[in-house]
Amino acid sequence: MKFLRKSIDKIKPHFEKGGKLEKLHSTFEAFESFMFVPDTVTTKGTHIRDANDMKRTMAIVVLAVVPTVIFGMWNVGYQHFMATGQEGTIFELFWLGFLKVFPIIVVSYVVGLGIEFAFAQYRGHEVNEGFLVSGILIPLILPVDTPLWMVAVATAFAVVIGKEVFGGTGMNILNPALTARAFLFFAYPSYMSGNAVWTHGMMNGEGIIDSYTGATPLAEAAAGKIENLPSVVEMFFGTIPGSIGETSTLAILIGAAILLFTGMASARIMISTFIGGLVMGLLLNVFAVNPFMEIPAWHHLLLGGFAFGAVFMATDPVSAAQTPKGKIIYGFLIGLFAILIRVINPAYPEGVMLAILLMNVFAPLIDHYVIEGNIKKRLKRAKVKAL
Amino acid sequence: MSAEKEPLFSSKNLKLLTEPLNDSNPITVQVLGVCSALAVTVKLKPAFVMALSVMVVMAVSNVVISLLRKTVPPRIRIIVQLVVIAAMVILVDQVLKAFVFDISKQLSVFVGLIITNCIIMGRLEAFALSNKPWQSFLDGIGNAAGYGVILLIVAFFRELLGSGTIWGYKVIPESVYDFGYENNGLMILPPMALIVVGAIIWIQRAKNKKLVESN
Repeated sequence: MKFLRKSIDKIKPHFEKGGKLEKLHSTFEAFESFMFVPDTVTTKGTHIRDANDMKRTMAIVVLAVVPTVIFGMWNVGYQHFMATGQEGTIFELFWLGFLKVFPIIVVSYVVGLGIEFAFAQYRGHEVNEGFLVSGILIPLILPVDTPLWMVAVATAFAVVIGKEVFGGTGMNILNPALTARAFLFFAYPSYMSGNAVWTHGMMNGEGIIDSYTGATPLAEAAAGKIENLPSVVEMFFGTIPGSIGETSTLAILIGAAILLFTGMASARIMISTFIGGLVMGLLLNVFAVNPFMEIPAWHHLLLGGFAFGAVFMATDPVSAAQTPKGKIIYGFLIGLFAILIRVINPAYPEGVMLAILLMNVFAPLIDHYVIEGNIKKRLKRAKVKAL
Repeated sequence: MSAEKEPLFSSKNLKLLTEPLNDSNPITVQVLGVCSALAVTVKLKPAFVMALSVMVVMAVSNVVISLLRKTVPPRIRIIVQLVVIAAMVILVDQVLKAFVFDISKQLSVFVGLIITNCIIMGRLEAFALSNKPWQSFLDGIGNAAGYGVILLIVAFFRELLGSGTIWGYKVIPESVYDFGYENNGLMILPPMALIVVGAIIWIQRAKNKKLVESN
């Protein structure tokens, strides 16, 4: 540790004003504060300082995502082995998944952080840690066989158009990870939807056995084949085809527990999103005209990316609503729209992505009316007292 | 009437031509006529024809309105402008149908919608009604060129990335596709046109500090 500190101190002067490498100051600063907590103290005014700076917040969110990453890697192997009719040990399954998923994670981080560093350098800002979370979330919401260059293009698009044009971390209107997915979804639909994309190797059809369809439960349900839906246990543990990290509700719930216990994510958003989904599911049950509308409402919460979106995407503190009441409305509407799009719109088998992006756009409006409502209420109270 | 005659291409007149290309570009600075910029820029060829059509309509109606500017009663000036523009648009539409039928079919309703293009109306109101015919003509050409340049830039990127072609010719070799390259389907959709226009505005403002408003 001492050695690290010393060597950092030794090269520090080069990056300070007037040094040779002054231009790379923010890069240096990012690495220094990544290793050591900065020793600067606030000198003016009263500040409440929390031990949770942005780096630690992001680190905890990444930690909360880890169960889904590990399970996702295993599931990639599991689906592939099942599709080819092979048997494998748990380690073999995981290793295959690791080989497939790890490059996607690396590409997402390298491209995203590269752009973030470049912008920070150019603007003379500090490098923000916001991308640490987006960088791991992007791979988790993609099909496993997404070509790496597409991951790179989508990440670049999400960081530049979704974030940097608005001023970087903390200023973005849309969730960057979902922006990346939406970009891929509309730009390269043949790689992002259909039955073949979810299982590794299925797109070029290597040794797939006939009984394996690769269809996600949602695709089956949308086609009206309710009898093909996996059992609740399978859906809960996540041994079903889907995007890399979204299949296992259990792993997501572990992540949710970490986020809620550490206070990183808003419980209001999370819970109201689930309630919104449940309410829409029940509503659809009441007016059911096809088998998909009749499935038990709570099954919707296990299917597809709903749980993942509710826990990791909707709760993104930057793009979500900020007021307590606003958070409840925001979450509830996400749940409502997600299930509505999923069941009613045949063009989109899963609605969580679009529902969250839509509500991201509306979040400031929700906040505005919540605040206006509060002002009105208090004005009224003041007037009554004055009389 | 001023006694001395101004040369046809005085620096003041030239400015009418060049200013809309950058400092007061109708699309990126005044943000007018964006709807047609989204609609006709999927391919380069229709975008070019569209730009040309707008240029003809704009130049001629600017001159006509400028000639009429002293006789048109202010109260009905808008309707007079509309009649002039509509007449020009119908002429252009007929010419397109006669000579480049394919592109005319691609442009479909958007030729007719030139009538509602805010840029044309805006220049008639703001410039032609209070300036001489020659200046109005230059102003019309300049603004239409500013509009056309943006249209062509947007169409270039949308066609290249969305369809892999330029002016209808394949430019991305087959071997790249074999390597796993795919055309970007989002480029064909209107939202991407908006993003490309946004990116152009971004780059333009980064280069041209005059455009950045202080607040």
